Amino acid sequence: MNEYRADIISTVEFNHTGELLATGDKGGRVVIFQREQESKNQVHRRGEYNVYSTFQSHEPEFDYLKSLEIEEKINKIRWLPQQNAAYFLLSTNDKTVKLWKVSERDKRPEGYNLKDEEGRLRDPATITTLRVPVLRPMDLMVEATPRRVFANAHTYHINSISVNSDYETYMSADDLRINLWNFEITNQSFNIVDIKPANMEELTEVITAAEFHPHHCNSFVYSSSKGTIRLCDMRASALCDRHSKFFEEPEDPSNRSFFSEIISSISDVKFSHSGRYIMTRDYLTVKVWDLNMENRPIETYQVHDYLRSKLCSLYENDCIFDKFECVWNGSDSVIMTGSYNNFFRMFDRNTKRDVTLEASRENSKPRAILKPRKVCVGGKRRKDEISVDSLDFSKKILHTAWHPSENIIAVAATNNLYIFQDKVN
Amino acid sequence: MACCVSDTSATPEPTQGAWPHRCPGTMFARGLKRKSAEDGEDVEGGLAGTQATPSYSLQRQSLLDMSLVKLQLCHMLVEPNLCRSVLIANTVRQIQEEMTQDGTWRVVAPQAAGRAPLDRLVSTEILCRSVREQEGERPAPDVGDGRMPGLVPGLSAVPSAQALRSPQSSLWEVDSSRENRGGFQKSLDQIFETLESKTPGSVEELFSDVDSSYYDLDAVLTGMVGSTQSGHGSGLQAFTSAATPPPGSSCRSDLGELDHAVEILVET
Repeated sequence: MNEYRADIISTVEFNHTGELLATGDKGGRVVIFQREQESKNQVHRRGEYNVYSTFQSHEPEFDYLKSLEIEEKINKIRWLPQQNAAYFLLSTNDKTVKLWKVSERDKRPEGYNLKDEEGRLRDPATITTLRVPVLRPMDLMVEATPRRVFANAHTYHINSISVNSDYETYMSADDLRINLWNFEITNQSFNIVDIKPANMEELTEVITAAEFHPHHCNSFVYSSSKGTIRLCDMRASALCDRHSKFFEEPEDPSNRSFFSEIISSISDVKFSHSGRYIMTRDYLTVKVWDLNMENRPIETYQVHDYLRSKLCSLYENDCIFDKFECVWNGSDSVIMTGSYNNFFRMFDRNTKRDVTLEASRENSKPRAILKPRKVCVGGKRRKDEISVDSLDFSKKILHTAWHPSENIIAVAATNNLYIFQDKVN
Repeated sequence: MACCVSDTSATPEPTQGAWPHRCPGTMFARGLKRKSAEDGEDVEGGLAGTQATPSYSLQRQSLLDMSLVKLQLCHMLVEPNLCRSVLIANTVRQIQEEMTQDGTWRVVAPQAAGRAPLDRLVSTEILCRSVREQEGERPAPDVGDGRMPGLVPGLSAVPSAQALRSPQSSLWEVDSSRENRGGFQKSLDQIFETLESKTPGSVEELFSDVDSSYYDLDAVLTGMVGSTQSGHGSGLQAFTSAATPPPGSSCRSDLGELDHAVEILVET
């Protein structure tokens, strides 16, 4: 499997109703899937997702000043809430954020006076009557047009974008800075966080992810490579270098090693839908934090603790730097994240049960039920188990998404997208 | 070239600060055992497990080498991942700090302006000689190439005398350690400067001089021969060879499938 293929999926996101599912890939393309309307004849058959629109969002660029390529890979897609018939989404690569409008056209005007049906101009001398053009149905066409381009605001690589609950602003975060944008204004943004040291030699920590609070438009969080989360309030000051809250778990001295810091680096942070909790993903665990308790998480889930003894090898092959994302289900009762060997894990916060599933062609015939998987860590391996040493570390599930209200999940496994739904009856 | 992976044959010290970090079991693959009391004069008494035993030192050195190579390989066509670079650099600093506490920190100074490579050879030779003296061996008055005889006796007289009396850490201080340590710090800083504004050739400057002798030894230990001098052009190729696991016994048992995975990863 070639890691440099352009169709490797780099981000997955449902829109606010779950009707649309967008994916971005390494080649700068966005593919949007739309859920079929459930037909009256087959009530029990859930709507399936089909391709709705495909467009090239970003192109590769070259930074002449630094003699470096700027990748066209789509790092994140975020949908705006729907306000009219058209759909809007933000997509970003390392440097530039774009606002795309996706709209349908299913009618076209016919009967122009000055043009004929092919669009050629008619000789005015031949026109003897006037008519009013009418709209006639045509085959559905979905067009995507770039409405705004927000460029030249990031020196470092953008890792996150987040739409504010006011729907007028959004933020973009890179390794060292976070900028606040107004959707209508592309030639300037406000810098709201800047952790760049005066002397780059003193740099020891970077921003890894950021997100707005789902309801309070003045609040946002950002995570760091040292395993900390900061909650900031934009009302406090223009530059939010001072946090309102600082979340960090004390280190466990018995587990200390040269890799401790690396595995504590947070790769993703997500508010719960309720806005009361945040979830963070580091290399080996997922943690749930209560916004009212800063000194430790309220829940910690082991994603693949059997890798703890392999950290040196994983450091050597760079897997230890893989950035896994995590997601909440619609009711904040279940959380999901990916792992290696095309495994992904779900944790039920109420029952404390967890499951490991695999996204692969062999195991996923349509409408087949996924079988839980198990990794054997030592000793005797049972028939269905897979041993740690047999895991395929090139098959990593970094990006997953959960439908906002139903039990439908999207899982990106390299260049394949899997969509799983709850079994009906 | 003498072996410079020196032991702390010095007085064992209690683990310092909040750093109960002598846990090679967690750091590296399971199955690797630290050397125990059979080290003899190298390790003393019950605190053997908390000191830098030879195998731990080797592992740590290997990790340091690996990290430095990783930083170097950052400079490929696309701008390097800053988060990854920062994490690797922090790891290098941690190792450096620990080795400084152990007194095993070797001089790994990229050229300060005008500093002849021989200085570096000479000073590492002195470190080694002092270690041998500590272990009771008779120091051979071997000044390497002998090209700069004036320097060596001057430098050697003080450290070796002191070394007999005091732990290796004071030797480190005598040997103008600040400058050398600063030299390494400077090299880390240079890495970040080059990340900021990449200047072609800076990476080679950074490591070229260090590597020739530094990696000779470690190439034997880690099997990374020839992988570090590639510079820009063969970034991927260098990555492949660097990603090839070292022949160290520690990680081999766990790398069977990872080898395969890594090959897949770097295949273009």
